Amino acid sequence: MSVHTLTAARLPFADLAVPVAPSGPWQESAWLLVAVPLVSAAVLLLAGRRSDRWGHWLGVAASAASFVIGALILVSLLQAPVGERVVEVDLFDWISAGQLTLAAGLRLDPLSLTFVMLVTFVGSLIHVYSVAYMDADVDRRRFFAYLNLFVAAMLLLVLADSFVLLFMGWEGVGLASYLLIGFWNHRTEYAVAAKKAFIANRVGDLGLLIAMMAMFATVGALDFTSVFGAVGSMDTSTATIIGLALLLAACGKSAQFPLQSWLGDAMAGPTPVSALIHAATMVTAGVYLVVRSAPIYEAAPDAQLAVVVVGAITLLFGAIVGCAKDDIKKALAASTMSQIGYMMLAAGLGPVGYAFAIFHLVTHGFFKAGMFLGAGSVMHGMNDQVDMRRFGGLARYMKITWVTFGLGWLAIIGVPPFSGFFSKDKIIEAAFMPVAGAEWRAWLFGSVVLIGAGLTAFYMSRLFFMTFHGEKRWTTAAEGAEQHPHESPRLMTWPMVVLAVGSVALGGLLSIGGVFTTWLEPVVGHTEHADPVLPIPVIMASTLVLVLLGAFLAWRQYAASTVPQVAPAGSALTRAARRDLYQDEVNDAVLVGPGAYLTRSLVYGDRQVVDGAVVGVAHVTVGIAERVRKLQNGYVRSYAATMLAGAVVLLVVVLVTRI
Amino acid sequence: MSLTNYLVLSTLLFTIGTMAVLLRRNGIIVFMGVELMLNATNLALVTFSRMHGNLDGQVFAFFVMVVAAAEVVIGLAIIVAIFRTRRSASVDDVNLLRN
Repeated sequence: MSVHTLTAARLPFADLAVPVAPSGPWQESAWLLVAVPLVSAAVLLLAGRRSDRWGHWLGVAASAASFVIGALILVSLLQAPVGERVVEVDLFDWISAGQLTLAAGLRLDPLSLTFVMLVTFVGSLIHVYSVAYMDADVDRRRFFAYLNLFVAAMLLLVLADSFVLLFMGWEGVGLASYLLIGFWNHRTEYAVAAKKAFIANRVGDLGLLIAMMAMFATVGALDFTSVFGAVGSMDTSTATIIGLALLLAACGKSAQFPLQSWLGDAMAGPTPVSALIHAATMVTAGVYLVVRSAPIYEAAPDAQLAVVVVGAITLLFGAIVGCAKDDIKKALAASTMSQIGYMMLAAGLGPVGYAFAIFHLVTHGFFKAGMFLGAGSVMHGMNDQVDMRRFGGLARYMKITWVTFGLGWLAIIGVPPFSGFFSKDKIIEAAFMPVAGAEWRAWLFGSVVLIGAGLTAFYMSRLFFMTFHGEKRWTTAAEGAEQHPHESPRLMTWPMVVLAVGSVALGGLLSIGGVFTTWLEPVVGHTEHADPVLPIPVIMASTLVLVLLGAFLAWRQYAASTVPQVAPAGSALTRAARRDLYQDEVNDAVLVGPGAYLTRSLVYGDRQVVDGAVVGVAHVTVGIAERVRKLQNGYVRSYAATMLAGAVVLLVVVLVTRI
Repeated sequence: MSLTNYLVLSTLLFTIGTMAVLLRRNGIIVFMGVELMLNATNLALVTFSRMHGNLDGQVFAFFVMVVAAAEVVIGLAIIVAIFRTRRSASVDDVNLLRN
């Protein structure tokens, strides 16, 4: 990579805002954002069954309190001049060992505040929803404790001012996710799913650790300000290594190729968990990490390209899998994977994409959480049925769910003027932006996101029509349980309504005059507008045509004609997509199998060699003891005789040596 | 009379005492064997004292007597206690710690 392109790429960060000290009571008490839900989680876990009656409301209150504090900080930040919108709140000296001195601190800036608002707002709504959804569960209090733990960890992740503190939050959300996926761990497959998610995340964490070690080795510090300040003096290969390691971390957390296999299984958790953690917030942490580490990626064009490639692969991968899944939650999970692929791709495009990656992340957080809650509502009304082939015609029975889900559907497929249109369309435009010296990229990635948009329209419409339209395919009394679908209680429908309003309006509101991109500028830098390789109206029109085509095909196949109740055999691609394109099989063959074999041989070696030596020594000792103990026969006379013999021997020895 | 005769007598007494300890089962008799061994030793000590012409051996013999007296007290007390509990003074019966 030539020097020229490097300096050109780094330019936008030259004038990044310098962190300032906190001002005002709310900025100074930013630690409350993390502390409130954390304390609430601790109270709920320690108080045990005594808090069963009021525990869920405490959980809701803690999440809402974080939202209020976050909103107050947001207001104070909006009142500050643009140059003072990056605030560093020092908390305490955390680690000082040798060369490393690290202060724990929070970083309040437009990026972290955007996440705080998303996490606490969507989180609070989902808390409210869960009060009703988990009503029948005896362990509801524990569920809320974990949810609060998650909120605290996620806020720590986005507010941290150093990679180490970020890592703490990173691990915290991993733990909360594990606990919540395995919330019903009395079912073995759910416990297995939780473990799978945890282990896949560990692989990613390894990447973050390697990145931190590399940073410490080259920069000697781990806080954002020092690391990003030192990027200029870093050589490209170091930056590339750090960037790739961070990408690995992001892949683990955000379920990107090749670490995506855990997300589908993570749907074992209760539906609100899928909505909050595995759609709206935690899985987007990888995108956050990439955008946060933007200065590093700017210095490492190869790593940036890797991010784009990973995003593009996952985008298509998720979309293809989503087209074949019959489990409503797994189809939504595949869609999440695909949408995060969009965000990753945008984040990898550099300054033209950062703001849109985060923009899509926010709108996606709303409509995907809304749709997951809708799916939960459908399951609630259909006795926990998840097979879409046994739904159909639910629109008349669950009006609110139908309308809110429909709005989310229109938003995700990108129909104007819904949220998804504004965010996704910008990503498609950004993908078509020409890259100096590599024209093929704009064409390749541009077509990938276009195809992705069409596929998204197809699989989301398929999901929508199979669930709410067409004829009823419900299970009958003869098959076990007769279905009586009904609308969910108000506590569940209201959060869905609020999220649906967000799905409709948020995208439009935030893009009036580019207000959102301007807001993020102190963090991601300012970019001059460039022209994509195709005229913007052409891109827009082709996107819309593909979207309408995808939706029409889905309508023809799943609403206008009969949907078989048992999945037909399907083509080779369909069968592969149903099984996540054989990702599990590949993982098993490449990693799990050899790993298990290695473990077994180690166990064998341990038993035969190590245990053999230890047990052998014991056997010899016992054998000797068996013989020696015969001497202890209990007769005083024989002891006396032994003593006499000993005395005689001693005497003889003494006398013989004297002679 | 040669001092050697005393040593021979001492050896004989010691051997008789040893045999009594090793071969008899009655605790009292065993005890008497021990006493005999001690006194044989005393005799040897006194004899050697005389041979070498200093008093160390004779003083030592007094110590042995004192120790023997103390030992008699404790030993007889043990034998009486064993007899009371087990109705027998045979040393072969005192094997509770075996196995």
